[in-house]
Amino acid sequence: MRRYLTRKIITYVLAFFVGVTIDWGIPRLMPGDPIQGLVSRFNVGSSAAYSGLYASFAKAFGLDVPVWQQYLNFWHGVLTGNMGGSIYAPGATVTSLVFSAMPYTLALLVPAILLSYSLGNRLGAAAARRKYLDNTVLPLGYVLQAIPYVWLALVVAYLFGPVWHLFPTAYGYDQGLVPHFDWTFISSLLDHWFLPFLTVFMVSLGGWAIGMRNLVIYELENDSSRYMRALGASERVVRGYAYRNASLPQLSGLALQLAVVIGGNVVTEIVFNYPGLGNLIFHAISNQDFFLLQGIFIWIVIGVLIANFIIDLVFLWVDPRTRLSMQGASA
Amino acid sequence: MSESISEAPAAEVAATGLPAGPGVVSSRRKRNDFLYYGLRNKKLIFGLSVELILVLVAIIGPIIAKYGPLQITPAQLQHPNGTYWLGTDDLGEDLFSQLTNGLRESYLVGALGAGCAALVGMALGFLAGWRGGWLDEVLQFITNIIVMIPSLVLLIVIGSYLSSKNILFEGVFIGLTTWPWVARAVRAQTFSLRTREYVDLARLSGKRPFSIVVKEIAPNMASYLFLVVILLFGSSMLIAASYDFLGLGPTNVASLGWTMSRAQGFGALGYHLWWWFIPPGAVLTLMVAALLIANVGLDEVFNPKLRES
Repeated sequence: MRRYLTRKIITYVLAFFVGVTIDWGIPRLMPGDPIQGLVSRFNVGSSAAYSGLYASFAKAFGLDVPVWQQYLNFWHGVLTGNMGGSIYAPGATVTSLVFSAMPYTLALLVPAILLSYSLGNRLGAAAARRKYLDNTVLPLGYVLQAIPYVWLALVVAYLFGPVWHLFPTAYGYDQGLVPHFDWTFISSLLDHWFLPFLTVFMVSLGGWAIGMRNLVIYELENDSSRYMRALGASERVVRGYAYRNASLPQLSGLALQLAVVIGGNVVTEIVFNYPGLGNLIFHAISNQDFFLLQGIFIWIVIGVLIANFIIDLVFLWVDPRTRLSMQGASA
Repeated sequence: MSESISEAPAAEVAATGLPAGPGVVSSRRKRNDFLYYGLRNKKLIFGLSVELILVLVAIIGPIIAKYGPLQITPAQLQHPNGTYWLGTDDLGEDLFSQLTNGLRESYLVGALGAGCAALVGMALGFLAGWRGGWLDEVLQFITNIIVMIPSLVLLIVIGSYLSSKNILFEGVFIGLTTWPWVARAVRAQTFSLRTREYVDLARLSGKRPFSIVVKEIAPNMASYLFLVVILLFGSSMLIAASYDFLGLGPTNVASLGWTMSRAQGFGALGYHLWWWFIPPGAVLTLMVAALLIANVGLDEVFNPKLRES
């Protein structure tokens, strides 16, 4: 168990290191000069004023020191949570913007991932080797898996909004309300939350159902299943064990899918103008707010790593082999 | 052979929705078998026919379209009609032309992304699986890290610095972030195949490792690999749609995601301009779903265990 966890933690620390380094390196490797772009927005006439402004920007962003020092400073900023100010929202720090958007994103992602995972797995397991259910679950699963997030978000927004007038299709809550802990505000939050949640939930559902169906079919053909049948175990018991065995690869699949779902969540939030990290990214892109983008990237990497670690802990609980430090099933 | 369980085909099944282990291609008779079952597999036939029709649309559509995809005409926001088969947008651009051109771009990006991912993934997968040892550990490490970095967000950060992008950049970028799927599959298969007797025999006969991998190992996982690459083809197109929607796709080219983003930006939903944003996504969904269904069909053809009796 100790070996398993040590290995994992080393991977995460290195992944974080790589993530931060990439994040630091991108602006420096890219063609073009971000500061030049920034300065050109100010419409300065004389070249003296230009170079003065350029120097002051370079100083403000810490670009006037040697590269290795810039790198260390970047790390210092990351570790102390001080990632500089934002261009798009003057006065706000990157960290404060990220933290005010994060609850919305988590409120979408966590329920959508957990519900689609558990429901999809159950649906898939039920459909395996049962002709009737299989013939509906399978095609539906493929269609759901094939739908682009953007389009599903647009269709859901169109149907539930302009066509049926059931749910609001933009913002995190009614813009006339002041955030406040009372029922009107909470119901408004839930109202606005539902459609983006539904979108992310539906796209993920298909993949889990299909994956589980295929795995359970494999397990049902396994020698262990045949042996249990030969011993006279009921089909229900055999299926129960098949489900448990098939859950392990599904769980490591969950860790692998996280980055994909987060990407889908970003575009979904943009379609619904939902005030989470995705929307923040969108504002950062349209305002060329590079520092904000870099900050969001770091936080998303941290989020993925934490989620991966949680899944590892779940593995310790569900897979005895990891506790015994035998060959660990892991992502 | 640590962490071997996660690398067994089952893990790939979970992650990619791919339902099979390796099929074995060995003799001419086998190949005729594949043809026999292939022609009788409804899923394969259905998926391939849809795909064929869409490819034809992507090839012929831009030729028969009366207007260029970005050509501005005076007819703005037209319903689908005889002249503008799928209507027009706010600038009077012909949406049929945008759709067919976008479809072509999607196929291109899909092929580029899957091709790139297959190349890198196969090279690293064979290397890790064949050599094993510390090299394998290092490559595994890199794979695990790449999988954890959210590629969409990474591309956003990179893309925001680039003023113009082309389709090659988009396809290659997608390939360079999705190769771990191929690498994992190839590595796991190589691991299980490299201890087989015929591989030992080849080794004893003094063949070079490269030719053993190419001639003895690769053919035995060809069908499996093919399925993985097909799945990547589909997912590359989906990923590209997200990129295009965010305005990070190729500049000055009509793509399906871009059309949807224009529609969303104009507020097409509120004005009930359904012909603007429904067709691009519907076509993309059909395209990827048909690919997935053909994939299952192929899997059943390659893998006798899955054939329904």
